[in-house]
Amino acid sequence: MTVAVFFGCAFIAFGPAFSLFVFTIARDPLRVIILIAGAFFWLLSLLLSSLVWFISIKASNSQDLRLQRDLLIFGVFFSVLLQEVFRFAYYRLLRKATEGLAAISDEDTSAISVRQMAYVAGLGFGIMSGAFSMINVLSDSLGPGTVGIFGDSQYYFITAALMTLALTLLHTFWGVLFFEGCEKSRWWVIAAVVSLHLLVAGLVSFTWTHTFTVHIHPSHQPQVSSGSGDVSSGCSRRASHYQSITLLFHFHTHRSGYLSL
Amino acid sequence: MNTSDSEEDSYNERSALVQCESPTIPSYNQDHDVSLPQQTDTKRRRPVSSGLDEPGPVERERASTPDGEEEELTLKYGAKHVIMLFVPVTLCMVVVVATIKSVSFYTEKSSQRLIYTPFEEDPNSVGQRLLNSFLNTIVMISVIVFMTIILVVLYKYRCYKVIHGWLILSSLMLLFWFSFMYLGEVFKTYNVAMDYPTLVMIIWNFGVVGMICIHWKGPLRLQQAYLIVISALMALIFIKYLPEWSAWVILGAISIYDLIAVLCPKGPLRMLVETAQERNEPIFPALIYSSAMVWMVGMADSSNPGSADGRRRNEGGARAQEEEESEDDAAHGGRRRYSAEEDLEEDRGVKLGLGDFIFYSVLVGKAAATGGDWNTTLACFVAILIGLCLTLLLLAIFKKALPALPISITFGLVFYFSTDNLVRPFMDSLAAHQYYI
Repeated sequence: MTVAVFFGCAFIAFGPAFSLFVFTIARDPLRVIILIAGAFFWLLSLLLSSLVWFISIKASNSQDLRLQRDLLIFGVFFSVLLQEVFRFAYYRLLRKATEGLAAISDEDTSAISVRQMAYVAGLGFGIMSGAFSMINVLSDSLGPGTVGIFGDSQYYFITAALMTLALTLLHTFWGVLFFEGCEKSRWWVIAAVVSLHLLVAGLVSFTWTHTFTVHIHPSHQPQVSSGSGDVSSGCSRRASHYQSITLLFHFHTHRSGYLSL
Repeated sequence: MNTSDSEEDSYNERSALVQCESPTIPSYNQDHDVSLPQQTDTKRRRPVSSGLDEPGPVERERASTPDGEEEELTLKYGAKHVIMLFVPVTLCMVVVVATIKSVSFYTEKSSQRLIYTPFEEDPNSVGQRLLNSFLNTIVMISVIVFMTIILVVLYKYRCYKVIHGWLILSSLMLLFWFSFMYLGEVFKTYNVAMDYPTLVMIIWNFGVVGMICIHWKGPLRLQQAYLIVISALMALIFIKYLPEWSAWVILGAISIYDLIAVLCPKGPLRMLVETAQERNEPIFPALIYSSAMVWMVGMADSSNPGSADGRRRNEGGARAQEEEESEDDAAHGGRRRYSAEEDLEEDRGVKLGLGDFIFYSVLVGKAAATGGDWNTTLACFVAILIGLCLTLLLLAIFKKALPALPISITFGLVFYFSTDNLVRPFMDSLAAHQYYI
């Protein structure tokens, strides 16, 4: 709970995303716009899903804690599904925009390829998702206090930062895979992305709420990665490689976080 | 604290978004009036200024190339200009949010109110509070409309000196008085000991350089920085002195007013723009943020060494100054020669009125001030940027002056209220259970 924790967690959570932004996106204005529009789409999906959650909360009995928790989990899943829907919507919008640009410009190709747009859109989703998860936690870490004084885990900040990092990168990869799947009309790729997203969101909530061990053996990771990586483009294969590494990393932190409880 | 009328006016004029054109340099042999109507490749760029919603001369430079190429040029430049506006808007908002979060003065409720919001908001009764905020809004908007009409009338009857004096007075107040207050509060927050002589020197230098940069000549970046600073200062004043609910209703009402004033045929700002266009002169200096500058490469004329300064001048230069210069040009002869074949690099830019900066920052600042939630602030920030992007897209499509407030403020308001009431409890529950979506 000092400035050191603040900076440490901020850099852990946002360092890679920030450097990706600085080195690959900041130079090109079109990419910056696509990034911010991606963030906006994620925000819209969050808005709608929290509307649904809010209505469900208000309509239910607020005293029943178990119901509230179940509604929250329902909210999480609905939010994940809605995020993917908005990702698809953003894909359609970007396709229309590229076609428009290409039609007008002299050269036959537009200034930015679909793959680049996929990467930037995924990063936009990831940055916004990470920011929304982490910013309030970061601002609280600046102030005085002791973490875990009432018996909770004392690693709250660090695990939050690591989870945010993992999710940001995962969103980027999911963006690339998703757009690739949409481009080549490989619907199973899209289904894989959606189910992975649900898996990650569900696993997090599942592990934290239940006190028995939920371990995913590290050796299962390559299987997960190769399954999702079997897309013909090399770029996607690399992306899923990174994805598997991230998932592996995420599960490790999970387990370490769990063991310390 | 009661602000003066000149203050009121300075922020009144704005909220306009115009596409810039590079100024045309009248060629040597033609006199001023003849060159302008030709408009083939160049046209004197009019700084769109100001004023509350001055949409400004929106004309885009009619290149001598056919329309298709023009379209492409627009789009090619489009993304760059969007970013050229994103950066200052972001900077202004960052300054305002940083101040709000650190200096508590601007979030303390004081018993003083602006004279433009005379009705006090009573926190006990919702209905009364709502009614009072609507009445405050009506008062504020009518003051703004009145000021704008006076401005249009003064402009129509060519009372340039009055307008110029008015603007100078208002920027004097902003640069000296408000920045002095701001600095004082910052020093109080950080417990910095400061003596008066040093303070006077700092404020004096800051203010004088600001006046020179904004109303006369100065490096473009410095002028842009000063415009951002004064917009931030004005926004902070609004955040402090506007009552809670009135501020939100005023934001909504002013974007509706902006829409009407700029787009309706009889709107004051539209009339102002059209008058300025008829007279072929720039509107008002120093109330518009300009993102571009004209570079003239390969035009150094050794016979007149002073010409280099004039060329680098930013668009926000005083109208009087430009007129003087054009006379000088004709007098000296041959100083400025423009031809499309010479190496002339032009960077067409976009202009955004300072009122837009101010009201965007007011929205984000109020989001930051009420409640400790950073998510709301971030959501409003993204919403405003997207609104600005959409407005610029419309500008590229319609090629005429457009109000910059409505779309952004609408998005901002929607996102503020929904994030505050819907997303915040959701994200708080998620964070408490450490769920990540």
